[in-house]
Amino acid sequence: MIELTNVHKAFGPKRVLDGVNLTINRGESMVIIGGSGTGKSVLLKCILGLMTQDSGSITLDGEDTAKAERDAFLARFGMLFQGAALFDSLPVWQNVAFRLLRGSLAKPKDEARDIAIEKLRRVGLTPDVADLFPAELSGGMQKRVGLARAIAAEPEIIFFDEPTTGLDPIMSGVINDLIREIVVEMGATAMTITHDMSSVRVISDHVAMLHAGKIQWTGPVSDMDNSGDPYVTQFISGSAEGPIEAVR
Amino acid sequence: MTALTKPLATIGRVTLGFLALVGRVAIFAGQSIGHIVRPPFYPREFLNAILNIGYFSLPVVGLTAIFTGAALALQIYSGGQRFSAEAVVPQIVAIGMVRELGPVLVGLMIAARVTSSIAAEIATMKVTEQIDALVTLSTHPMKYLTAPRVLAATLVVPVLVGIGDIIGIMGGFIVGTQQLGFATGPYLNNTWSFLETPDIVSSLIKGAAFGFIAAVMGCYHGMRSGRGAQGVGRATKTSVEAAAVLILAANFLLTSFFFAT
Repeated sequence: MIELTNVHKAFGPKRVLDGVNLTINRGESMVIIGGSGTGKSVLLKCILGLMTQDSGSITLDGEDTAKAERDAFLARFGMLFQGAALFDSLPVWQNVAFRLLRGSLAKPKDEARDIAIEKLRRVGLTPDVADLFPAELSGGMQKRVGLARAIAAEPEIIFFDEPTTGLDPIMSGVINDLIREIVVEMGATAMTITHDMSSVRVISDHVAMLHAGKIQWTGPVSDMDNSGDPYVTQFISGSAEGPIEAVR
Repeated sequence: MTALTKPLATIGRVTLGFLALVGRVAIFAGQSIGHIVRPPFYPREFLNAILNIGYFSLPVVGLTAIFTGAALALQIYSGGQRFSAEAVVPQIVAIGMVRELGPVLVGLMIAARVTSSIAAEIATMKVTEQIDALVTLSTHPMKYLTAPRVLAATLVVPVLVGIGDIIGIMGGFIVGTQQLGFATGPYLNNTWSFLETPDIVSSLIKGAAFGFIAAVMGCYHGMRSGRGAQGVGRATKTSVEAAAVLILAANFLLTSFFFAT
């Protein structure tokens, strides 16, 4: 279980997170929604320790993430980045097997390659992609490779940062379905940040709406359409009228 | 704030900013050394860095050295004629290349070629979240990116300097024997007999220092890059400027240390 209590983070005078409280239960798929620049990525990076919160606590299974042994803590996570963040200098299979080629999870090279190819198959890519370089792939293929890398070491918790950004609607649907299938299949805890409502409906068990540095609403995805929360209602409808200011 | 204190405040702010920068760079350099000596090690990254910094810099180092040695021979001959000292061309070319021009020019070429490339690569990795991805994959970015490059540059630039020294002396030799009328045997003999061990040792030590500076500057500015294309461009430009100035400053200090008596 991931628990955030009164988390604050500011960049200079700009308060990005202003007392975030959120609980993500084991095996649950939580989707954080919110407009651009509302601090969704910052929240995710604070959990992973890529940024340090100014105050408040973040715990994983009751243990403060800031005090956890770093390698063991990170070994429990997989992450799909917004732009896939594949390493340009490495072929696809070495990107997927990155964690399996070094560090505490290191395996022999042939075994790591076999696992990488199996994970590529799992995300719908053929083995001939394995020896290509990331620059030779389309955006959708790069996302799939990023997804394969995120699940390569069978993590307990997977983070997805804007998984469908920059993809066409059909490819977005494919990636959403893949994420849902993989999360269910692995029994992993998932946390996704997105402003794509089609992703929310496919991926999530629970939804949380982040606005003005706070969680404005959280609840099961089935309650989202009838939440009664004006922020959520405006966000879902995409209306310019409502409590969320739209700059025109 | 009065008109009198405003300039003082500006001077103070600039001075504090500069000292803070020196401190950050010194800490970064110290951390780089720490990561070089502590496992885990990434031999594949180290070998790639050796190739990129060393082997692929050979053409530019060779061309820079040969033209510099050739021009030096012409200058010394022309200048030496004014006081009938044109015979010293082999000795001055040798000492000039080995003590000063070889290390400095190789250092500056490495700053232009390698520092810029390291800064641009790491800055792009930062902008595209590849550095964050490394962290999530339980890999320390300084161990994986900085340590192999800094170690490789520190070891390989002295080799490049040695090669540059030899090629530079060859440039002088070609001009001296083909254009200025020096005999082959005496030219080589004068070159060889005039050079002393401290000349060569100082040249190689300068090379190691310049390699270290070039790689640390590239990594430091890459890691601290701002966002977007402008951030990458600024990191690249600043890294080369800083590396070039620090190499020239270090050259003065090392020359003072080795030769000021």
